[in-house]
Amino acid sequence: MTQGAPIRTRGPAASSGTIAEHSSAGRRASSFAPLDVPVASVPPEHRRPSAPKLPQVAEIDLVRHYTRLSQQNYGVDTGPYPLGSCTMKYNPKVAETVAALPGFQRAHPLQPDATVQGTLEMLWRLERALCEITGMARATLQPPAGACGEMTGLLIMRAFHADAGRERTKVLIPDAAHGTNPASVRLAGFEAVNVPSDDRGLVDVDALRELLDDEVAGLMLTNPNTLGLFEERIEEITASLHAVNALVYYDGANLNAIMGKTRPGDMGFDIVHINTHKTFATPHGGGGPGAGPVGVASHLVDYLPSPIVARDADTFRWDRDRPKSIGRLHGFNGNIGVLVRAYAYVFGHGGDGLTEVSEMAALNANYLAVMLAPAFPFAYPDSRPMHEFVATAGPLKKATGVRAMDVAKRLIDLGYHPSTVYFPLVVDEALMIEPTETESKQTLDAMGAAFVQAAEDAHTDPGILHDAPVTTPVRRLDEARAARQLRLRWGVGVPTDR
Amino acid sequence: MLAAIGRSSIDELFEQIPASVRLDRPLAIPDGVSEMELVADLRALAARNRHADDLVCFAGGGAYDHYVPSVVWSLAGRSEFYTSYTPYQPELSQGVLQVLFEYQSMICELTELEVSNASLYDGATALVEAVHMTLGRGRARVLVASGVDPRAVEALHTAGRGAGYEVESFEDTPQVTDDVSAVVVQHPNVYGVLEPAREHFTAARHGGATAIQIFDPLSLGVLAPPGALGADIAVGEGQVLGNHLTYGGPYLGIIAARMADVRKLPGRIVGETVDVEGRPGYVLTLQAREQHIRRDKANSNICTNQTLMAIAAAVYMSWLGPEGLVELGNQCMSKTAYAERALTELPGVTPLFPGEACFKEIALRLPRPAAVVIDAMVERGFLAGVAQPQAGDDVLVVAVTERRSRSEIDGFVSALGEVLSA
Repeated sequence: MTQGAPIRTRGPAASSGTIAEHSSAGRRASSFAPLDVPVASVPPEHRRPSAPKLPQVAEIDLVRHYTRLSQQNYGVDTGPYPLGSCTMKYNPKVAETVAALPGFQRAHPLQPDATVQGTLEMLWRLERALCEITGMARATLQPPAGACGEMTGLLIMRAFHADAGRERTKVLIPDAAHGTNPASVRLAGFEAVNVPSDDRGLVDVDALRELLDDEVAGLMLTNPNTLGLFEERIEEITASLHAVNALVYYDGANLNAIMGKTRPGDMGFDIVHINTHKTFATPHGGGGPGAGPVGVASHLVDYLPSPIVARDADTFRWDRDRPKSIGRLHGFNGNIGVLVRAYAYVFGHGGDGLTEVSEMAALNANYLAVMLAPAFPFAYPDSRPMHEFVATAGPLKKATGVRAMDVAKRLIDLGYHPSTVYFPLVVDEALMIEPTETESKQTLDAMGAAFVQAAEDAHTDPGILHDAPVTTPVRRLDEARAARQLRLRWGVGVPTDR
Repeated sequence: MLAAIGRSSIDELFEQIPASVRLDRPLAIPDGVSEMELVADLRALAARNRHADDLVCFAGGGAYDHYVPSVVWSLAGRSEFYTSYTPYQPELSQGVLQVLFEYQSMICELTELEVSNASLYDGATALVEAVHMTLGRGRARVLVASGVDPRAVEALHTAGRGAGYEVESFEDTPQVTDDVSAVVVQHPNVYGVLEPAREHFTAARHGGATAIQIFDPLSLGVLAPPGALGADIAVGEGQVLGNHLTYGGPYLGIIAARMADVRKLPGRIVGETVDVEGRPGYVLTLQAREQHIRRDKANSNICTNQTLMAIAAAVYMSWLGPEGLVELGNQCMSKTAYAERALTELPGVTPLFPGEACFKEIALRLPRPAAVVIDAMVERGFLAGVAQPQAGDDVLVVAVTERRSRSEIDGFVSALGEVLSA
């Protein structure tokens, strides 16, 4: 694909109301086999007096309604999606095919281990592959998302120090870190302490050293970091933490940049989480599900969540006899359906293919960064980006008054999902751009041209950017009103005119 | 492309990685394979699993074999939904945003509570998030009824070690002192029994604690909803709303609360507003609660959630409709009662809670260890139920959904009779 692909634009009725507004009393789509046993009655004190007001629609009504809504949504299958830090790469269809196999999709989570040997072996092989990619000893596949993986890693950190009789209260985080890092730190019972970046966008190692004392439990770091830059002094960083008996946590948000090139374990990290929906292309699902496996070095294996898969010769089982484990973080075994898709990606690509994934991700990001640089300079000109880059609309704003958000909205009219904007917070008018390895040169050329055109429009006709988007089912939405006049469900709050 | 960026090789793009940490060998993972080889590999693995299509499923314990109608994944599986991400750009995301608004609305209708969110990971983590809404005010003890799913309690213990609260179990009546932040009741409970939730919640309110109910969404056609029972927060496992069993996930964490607590609610919330032309539209709202704004002051760290499962749930609830939900609830209760009568006529099989009304699960005491019986029943073509060892190794909990026919139940009872008399 070379052209942008706008979602269905204005045509007939952008909004035809909610599914509730399609309701007609007595209509229903559901049917069941007739009850073939005597009716049991609900004890009066437990009975619901009247049924909840769910929609009353025929199947065709709900098919048309939700099909129409899907057409008002932009996904990777619709067009390029350079949303920095989110890794919106193409999701191979074969993953959907294999995840739907009844052996995976119809297995109950509490079946005896002997009846799910296929799933357990799949999980075992995936764990081994993830450990090979990250340089870790063992991994848990239980956390259902990256943020839960962070919590897992931090609780492991807590258990490790407690076991050694050390009271550690602080966890260090770079100032550019994703918001989940500090939130997880506090929920794990630690205090989050910011580590400043230097003028190249890397961890200020001298400032880091000054923060190190016997209250520090560990450091959380993404590498390449949130600015898309590789922390070149990573060995010094990890060694300095280890020197005070602290641990180093690798936030796997950017693992897709380094597969087959270097491994967190080899850099000195003790704990790694992986976002399968980023690195291993499991679909993002409109916001989820993901999966957030956590790998650890050998000295931390005992603390991994329980249970973990164990292998006895040719059979597999859940090992629940783990006295030092931090416990359970999910009701069952994690997002298995997502892990099947990750397995398909890892073993479909193979070791050689995964290495090429990282190579092409870096090539595409660097190519696009150079193309955009005249219009949107690289935020850290002295550093080189890897799989993504942060550019700034700061100079454009100064010259034309057009902001990063206006650029984003103009890109929508030009047929593209915008980049991430205003993140990381440490960059003025940030545009965080991650083209991913799955876009072709032709697509990158066309997408780059759209960014450049948006910058030119800012000079020649800034009104186009301030008014954008104009091609979408709705235009800019009043977010202040949404927060002030809360309407979070139908039937209450301040209705909008239709 | 390399020329355009002034490089002569791909390796140059990785030069900033110090040589000392570079991987100097290929990854020890087999080379990539074609799609047909990959499918063959995964088919072979899947074929080594038994599952609810080849065994008649009476297993429950938080995950249930309810029928998933074709329309659910025909719609939730549209790739405009599943290949998108969190709707940061609302003009390109009205589809996901509106479905989530409808999902939130339907959860409020079900629970008779005032506000919901765009999903959490699963039922157990939803409980953890609900408890985190109640902390502070010098209250750091959580009282959990003995009928709460032990896996959810375990997740709560794990989180409590970090956030610094104690989790304690109660049997009959919670003793709600002024250091208790929340009282948690699962109704119907992990043994299928209907709990006196109203009384527990009254005790919570009198002690100044928050009342949290773990509910089964599919019980709410026939059972009084959490809001009417006095729950302040309701959480539930949304797998039953059109999501597949998939060996435990991806599932759907449901949460609903009162409007007064909306700013403590975790995760994404969708709100309705208008665009510059005055047309209605949807956005993520109240984002100042969330980790990307509040960072270490946020109540929750959730970012990626289970939106796709919430989309499936919205389609499923629209498919059910009010009449379908009531019919489904009645079918579960009636078939469960029928199974209970027949099962407890087997020699040596007794109900764990005699005379108690159950929704879709029954707890039985067997004359053999439950794990042994479950294995033997697999040989006869059944997933017999789940063990609940905290109540005794001889306790088996059997789930009966609307999918189970009378003849399947009868076959199950006679197979269990054979196993127990063997």
